[in-house]
Amino acid sequence: MASVKIQDVRKSFGGFEVLHGVTVPIEDGEFVVLVGPSGCGKSTLLRMLAGLENITSGTISIGERVVNDVQPKERDIAMVFQNYALYPHMTVAQNMGFSLKLRKENSAEIDKLVNRAADILGLRNLLDRYPRQLSGGQRQRVAMGRAIVRDPQVFLFDEPLSNLDAKLRVAMRTEIKELHQRLKTTTVYVTHDQIEAMTMADKIVVMHDGIVEQMGAPLELYDHPDNRFVAGFIGSPAMNFLEGSLVGGETPYVETANGSKLPLAASRTGLDGKPVVYGIRPEHLEFADDGVEAEVIVVEPTGSETQIVARIGKQDLIAVIRDRRAVKPGDRVKLRPVAKAAHVFDKETGKRLIN
Amino acid sequence: MTAIPAPIRSQKKFESSLPFWQRLTTNRNWIASWFMLPAAAFLILFLAYPLGLGVWMSFTNVRIGREGVFIGLENYEWLRDDSIFWLSVFNTLLYTLVASAIKFALGLYLALLLNRHMPFKAMIRAAVLIPFIVPTVLSAIAFWWIYDSQFSIISWSLRQMGLITQNINFLGDSNWARASVIIANIWRGVPFVAITLLAGLQTVSPSLYEAATLDGATNWQRFRFITYPLLTPIIAVVMTFSVLFTFTDFQLIWALTRGGPVNATHLMATLSYQRGILSGRLGEGAAIATAMIPFLVAAIMISWFGMQRRKWQQGENND
Repeated sequence: MASVKIQDVRKSFGGFEVLHGVTVPIEDGEFVVLVGPSGCGKSTLLRMLAGLENITSGTISIGERVVNDVQPKERDIAMVFQNYALYPHMTVAQNMGFSLKLRKENSAEIDKLVNRAADILGLRNLLDRYPRQLSGGQRQRVAMGRAIVRDPQVFLFDEPLSNLDAKLRVAMRTEIKELHQRLKTTTVYVTHDQIEAMTMADKIVVMHDGIVEQMGAPLELYDHPDNRFVAGFIGSPAMNFLEGSLVGGETPYVETANGSKLPLAASRTGLDGKPVVYGIRPEHLEFADDGVEAEVIVVEPTGSETQIVARIGKQDLIAVIRDRRAVKPGDRVKLRPVAKAAHVFDKETGKRLIN
Repeated sequence: MTAIPAPIRSQKKFESSLPFWQRLTTNRNWIASWFMLPAAAFLILFLAYPLGLGVWMSFTNVRIGREGVFIGLENYEWLRDDSIFWLSVFNTLLYTLVASAIKFALGLYLALLLNRHMPFKAMIRAAVLIPFIVPTVLSAIAFWWIYDSQFSIISWSLRQMGLITQNINFLGDSNWARASVIIANIWRGVPFVAITLLAGLQTVSPSLYEAATLDGATNWQRFRFITYPLLTPIIAVVMTFSVLFTFTDFQLIWALTRGGPVNATHLMATLSYQRGILSGRLGEGAAIATAMIPFLVAAIMISWFGMQRRKWQQGENND
């Protein structure tokens, strides 16, 4: 196990810079999730960490050692690929033991380590099968087994669950997290799915267009997003954004173009009249007589809660309510944002002003 | 009230009530046969019939312009005692084994090179195919000049460099002639092997190489443990074809040496042509051609078992 330091790392492909100076400190034993939309550079960063891509500038160190010029096999890392990258002509046992065989371990030792990993992952009775004979979840587990067998300093996961169906994805998510709690190996996990990030991470790194937008514990990012991108990216259904201008005073609020007043718990001086974006999470909208008038467009009950798409002026927003209220499309309702849960972002820069 | 009898299946065999002719036009199995008939007719007319006729002729003493009679194995008995026939068998095996082995080695090497990232990749790949698309006889004539006893560019170059004092008699000396035709065949055959193996290489997911790199494999180990095993099925197919084409080669030899000098480059195909068509002894020529069949079947069997193993490795139909 080891800590990992990514220090001001940049990457250019043929003069086109895709990573603009990324710094991510990773503690020993930490589970870090790199999350962001496709093309944000998260996979590139992971591949640089693995040694599959060159580092244009900056340093990456594993433990105390700078690994910029260290061969992938010398870095003592193991990677789980999106498509699993299992060797189709080898059995499960041979797949898991391949790195040990290359390391010239004796076969008794290989058997021992492979069996240990197979026990951890429940693969014991599949050891003689070929990848073609396995289901998606089993292949995923073999790919993890291949990583575990080596007992590396760092595990790297590159969108490992995106080829699985929804139900299996949830199950494997739990399995990977449990595995980490058991092995306590430093893990870097790349995904575009913010739910995976929220549920698994000790620390989330939100990336966008080659920079780190924000990093921190899942709930910290959820409660205190630094900017509009993070606010919109983390959380499902996504945060509602309403444009308006800030009005200060004793009871500060944001006034939208059609005159709706969106309440705030506190404001800061010197922001009066500033064009802002008001952000409120769907679960922080409640029915109240003194709320903002809205027209119900769609009602989507999911059982435990109901999602309501409502329109204020020309802007749609989503409310999630837990009580079973008889609303139907076309109804006019009054929704009130919970003032202390509201976020205010600068309309131009997207930076957080108040929350 | 009458009880409604439950339909009893599988007790009575189904018998169609349709008249016979109507059944021929509606029954799925019959319809399938109708649709296969045109293709089958072509295959029978142009493949099965000539093959059968050839085999039959090998048991007769037919000559050009004269009906033959059945003479049993007499043609084969003649061949058994014919040293030129056995020389042609030896030549054919030598030609096939040496040329195929070198074509495989060079083709694989070329495929690995072409699989790398490089500028003008598509153009270079297309250029590799040129020897394959030039008509055999044309390239044979070009080689004929290259090997010419007086004007050979190879002899000329070596002489200019001072390595030899007189021209090499490429097509006039037995061993030189054998080497020369093998080299010409390799030149023609390598592109086919290389391009087919390249297609196979491109089906190997790059992430397998990345995974192997992280697992600590060197370049050679990646080839040995990943590329080669994953390429075996395509190697089996391409080498089967390569062996079949080489074994039955006729054009190149005929254009370059006509089997000479002193039958040193006579292959079974050229000998069969010489005896059957030029000398007019169709029966004997057919017997030589028929004698090639066991060798070809053996080559196909070898590759067939090679591919079978692969299927098992892939775990299809084998749970």
